[in-house]
Amino acid sequence: MNFPILSSLILLPLIGAFFLFFIRSNKENNFTVKYVALFTSLVNFVLSIYLWILFDQTTSEFQFVEDRIWIQNLINYKVGVDGISILFILLTTFITPLCIISINNSIKDRLTEFLIAVLIMETFMIGVFCSLDLVVFYLFFEAGLIPMFLIIGIWGGARRVYSAFKFFLYTLLGSVLMLVAIITIYWITGTTDVVKLYELGIDPKYQNLLWLAFFSSFAVKTPMWPVHTWLPDAHVEAPTAGSVLLAAILLKMAGYGFIRFSLGLFPAASEIFTPLIYLLSVIAIIFTSLIALMQEDMKKLIAYSSVAHMGFVTLGIFTIQQQGIEGSIIQMISHGLVSAALFLCVGVVYDRMHSRLINTYGGIVSIIPKYSVLFMLFTLAALGLPGTSGFVGEFLILMAAFKDNFLVAVIASLGVIIGAAYMLWLYKRVVFGKLINSDLKQMVDLNKSEIVILTCLAVPTLFFGFYPEPLINTIEISISDLIKAYNIEIASKI
Amino acid sequence: MENLELIFSEIFLSLSIMFLLIFGVFKKNSSTLIQNISIIVLLITVVITFNETIGITEVKLFNGSIIIDYLSSFMKIITLLAAFLVLIISSSYLKTFKIFKIEYPILILSSVLGMMIMISSYDLIVFYMGLELQSLALYVLATFNRDQIKSSEAGLKYFVLSALSSGLLLYGCSLIYGFTGSTNFDVITDQLNSNEYTLTFGIVFILVGLAFKISAVPFHMWAPDVYEGSPTSVTLFFTMVPKIAALTVLIRFLYVPFINLFDQWQMILIFLSIASMVFGAIAAIGQRNLKRLIAYSSISHIGYAIAGLTTGTNEGIQSSIIYITIYILMNLGLFSCLLMLKRNENYYETLDDLSGLSKNHPLLSLSLLLILFSLAGIPPLAGFFAKFYVFKAVIEQSMYFLAIVGLLSTVIAAFYYLRIIKIIYFDKEKEKYDNDHGFWLKFSLSVSTVFILIYFIFPSQIIDAVSKINIIQ
Repeated sequence: MNFPILSSLILLPLIGAFFLFFIRSNKENNFTVKYVALFTSLVNFVLSIYLWILFDQTTSEFQFVEDRIWIQNLINYKVGVDGISILFILLTTFITPLCIISINNSIKDRLTEFLIAVLIMETFMIGVFCSLDLVVFYLFFEAGLIPMFLIIGIWGGARRVYSAFKFFLYTLLGSVLMLVAIITIYWITGTTDVVKLYELGIDPKYQNLLWLAFFSSFAVKTPMWPVHTWLPDAHVEAPTAGSVLLAAILLKMAGYGFIRFSLGLFPAASEIFTPLIYLLSVIAIIFTSLIALMQEDMKKLIAYSSVAHMGFVTLGIFTIQQQGIEGSIIQMISHGLVSAALFLCVGVVYDRMHSRLINTYGGIVSIIPKYSVLFMLFTLAALGLPGTSGFVGEFLILMAAFKDNFLVAVIASLGVIIGAAYMLWLYKRVVFGKLINSDLKQMVDLNKSEIVILTCLAVPTLFFGFYPEPLINTIEISISDLIKAYNIEIASKI
Repeated sequence: MENLELIFSEIFLSLSIMFLLIFGVFKKNSSTLIQNISIIVLLITVVITFNETIGITEVKLFNGSIIIDYLSSFMKIITLLAAFLVLIISSSYLKTFKIFKIEYPILILSSVLGMMIMISSYDLIVFYMGLELQSLALYVLATFNRDQIKSSEAGLKYFVLSALSSGLLLYGCSLIYGFTGSTNFDVITDQLNSNEYTLTFGIVFILVGLAFKISAVPFHMWAPDVYEGSPTSVTLFFTMVPKIAALTVLIRFLYVPFINLFDQWQMILIFLSIASMVFGAIAAIGQRNLKRLIAYSSISHIGYAIAGLTTGTNEGIQSSIIYITIYILMNLGLFSCLLMLKRNENYYETLDDLSGLSKNHPLLSLSLLLILFSLAGIPPLAGFFAKFYVFKAVIEQSMYFLAIVGLLSTVIAAFYYLRIIKIIYFDKEKEKYDNDHGFWLKFSLSVSTVFILIYFIFPSQIIDAVSKINIIQ
């Protein structure tokens, strides 16, 4: 038995949280608490980089598999990674330390508890991405609700209670049907092991309902139109670090779920429901982009733009082509980086002015130039300017979509234009223009830690924009094998 | 001579009760002593029960009117342990209200004796005798705080309604006797002709009586009032212990003599289950009093336990027993928290009293948080697994409607659990509560919380223990 690297990744943040539990938070040792948490998450990041180095890119087999009996004859604790999941694990371990650094001023109250919640969240999210058993997956998938509910509810803004409830109940409602589906799969096939299920396949006569049950959960989590309404509320009320976690990682769980489970387990049903996904994705792209255009609140605007971006992701996944799925994954990674950065950018000005309304700002370019530059970069990345990672994803997705369905692709491309409109308009209204609000003159530019965080996010955004090879190499084989298996399955049904 | 050593635990318990009663009468101010002796008696009974059943698969005594098998021993041990936990944490509460009297532990012991008889019963008469023994003790326990109007009201209400349901139950028994000529389960099984539709009436009446005892909808009306009015420690006893016994009888009664009429009683159980799950979840939303809220939540939880019984399989029965076991432990923690909300010799039990608890009592709030999330069935806490086993058994019988309704009502139920968490964590803090809780209160809270938290690491233990229960051959 080799070193159980995935279990260590899952357990490390939990151990960190356990230590934090015994440190009483007060003014003096806020420092200690933060560094314990930061240290834990950085170790985890290093470990995940090590995982990426060890990762064999030439096979689509699951690697670093650990398989232990958990409940006799029922569930095995099985984890492993392939090219698809490893990137999400990296994203998680990369974003979490940044989150922890970012809570300099924003969280004064109960810092220890906040950090514990963030670390536990990290555990659950890594668990989601590497679990290879449906029940284990469900466990991690649902468990994430608890810390996120607390993060929004305890440290959130004015309407935090409403948002926290909405977030929790929406996602729980979506997920319970998935539980029914998982138990049904167990009943049909006698196993919940994903690898075995890939080999066995599921009888097509059950697939449609099972697909819908999984879809109900993933659609809420993605979120897809029309069940996206929890997201703007949750984002607006969550503290900055919470929004970052939510946008950067939580939303990716569903995209990952679509690839791993909906495509992998139910190919026949995916084929049938592809038009539905297309329709919902296109509506999401156009409709939420238009809504985003009208927002007064910066966080809400970015939240709606997230829904639109996730619309591209679902569109790309269900083109079921190499480029489409690759594009979706890159889009998710890129969105993870960029939306995290944008929420942090909003957090920066919010910490100084305590307002998220766009019309509070204007003309701050000369007052805080460094901020304006970085904000510019992320705005451009969000609208998919060539040279940023946003472009690569969107381009691949649209290319695949054009091959599959011309009309859908044309409408989706329109979404790109609206996307550019609302992002640039946001930037214009916040950064340029006349300086009307005289309070803005007291704003100070980015401090060191903020520069570090935003630069950390900017570097990969640009790097993968110019050179997406490392990402594509990692996912290529896994995706092509997935599509191969999918096509074989479909062909055998006809 | 029968194998008297097999019912030695019951004999020991009844002798102890008589001894304690006489002892208490003659020795003044002996409440603490009697309390302690009762606790020890319960533990000894656990040991005896545990010992006498090793190596025994199934033995019937007294012309087959008493059965000793794995199910009965398992349920007896749970009953005894639950009663033990109730006793150890109730003394400080009773002392505050100056009702720390010798009768309290003795009444608890006698109702436990009644439950043990119920659990072992293999005959309608024996079962009814046990039922009445436990009920009589429970009526008195409900009114134990007799100077409070609410407590007396609770006792009276419980007495009247319980008597009514006992009447229905007896009527059902007599109908069955009329059709089969016997009250013994084995004889009933032999005599049973599945075409005898009129027998269904008998089953229905008995089911109504039992549904009343476990407070399943639509026979739940007494529960909120009685739970609210009774002293909190007695409410704890109500929510945990009688349900185990009644559930065992329900299993035994439906699955031994009437398994052939499965098609007929299955619909009734499905209705009871769905109605309890949904009604319990919805009605709890409007409650401000924590004890009433717990009453509705326990109605909802019993719905899930019944859902396991609707399947007609051994897995279903096992899942139901696992559910009730895990539920009891969660409930124990919940009530330990409730008993800790004490300030200036006064107990607080409304939702608003929990406001901002997390600021002043972080550990208590954390336990409460875990318990509530577990009751709501959120993974990876123990409550999730309880629901998982039940729904696994249900879905294996293709009863999707029941499973989906059940899971959707967990979402509704999640709302009011979340609201409690919201009040604890998001609202403004109030005055501090006392911090000098007794050791046993802290002990039971930690047992419950740790169990809930780490259950997912060792989920097999309970399953292994329960998997030996195979009622259907």
